[in-house]
Amino acid sequence: MNMIDARGPRWSAGLTSIVLIIALITRSPIVIIIQLIQFAIGAFAGPPKSPYAWLYKKFVQPRLSKTFDSEDVRPPQFAQFVGFIFALIATLGALTHTWLVFTFAASFALFAAFLNSAFGYCLGCKMYLLGVRLRRG
Amino acid sequence: MNSLLIVIAVLLVACTYGVVDRKRSGKIKSKTDSRNEITAHEVGAELGESATVLQFSSAFCTPCRATRSTLTSVISHYPKIKHIEVDADTNLQLVRRLDIRQTPTTLFLNSAGREIARAVGAPKRDQVIYALEQI
Repeated sequence: MNMIDARGPRWSAGLTSIVLIIALITRSPIVIIIQLIQFAIGAFAGPPKSPYAWLYKKFVQPRLSKTFDSEDVRPPQFAQFVGFIFALIATLGALTHTWLVFTFAASFALFAAFLNSAFGYCLGCKMYLLGVRLRRG
Repeated sequence: MNSLLIVIAVLLVACTYGVVDRKRSGKIKSKTDSRNEITAHEVGAELGESATVLQFSSAFCTPCRATRSTLTSVISHYPKIKHIEVDADTNLQLVRRLDIRQTPTTLFLNSAGREIARAVGAPKRDQVIYALEQI
């Protein structure tokens, strides 16, 4: 099982929240695309390979305690995938100036990212099983 | 201005939900009216002599590990009680029948395999001890 520093995904979720807040307020396609790229790398190459994880390892982790809780990489990777879907919808909304779609999708992504960073909320716990139950009717 | 209000609203709703969810998560609720009976065949392991603690887990679930270690450490003091962990993903039929909606979900079964309590989310150690004393 691939284990990572459990504080890394919390940091990434915090940074994601800030980027999504900026995206929602500025409605800038560039900002939401930056977040989309972060989600895409996190979801498909794995959270440790993502840009926010690089920032974490470079600037944050060295200043934190050397002892930490580790966690399985799969739950945060699932959360990055869910984020990717919503950021993709938000990006399409921004590029076509469909602001209602953009706002809904980016708001949901912010909701989940903020819950994750502030409360350690586990999106995979709540959504994965419901998703499987629906998909396999 | 409008989008700033939306951001504030989303953060407020998320905070409220986060607090409520944290409070609710892992609480062990007794089920006196449950007709759910689980057999050894269904979970692929013999049930405990006096009780069974049946944990549903999935791969995308960080608190499932914490729940496993809480349950195994508490149950090590009760030789007649057994902890069985089931992967929700590969036991969808059982998951549907028992209406398991998220992981971890822990069912407390009596000696006959009947569900008498349930915890959705990671249960607290002292609550698990209390629930086992009730069986």
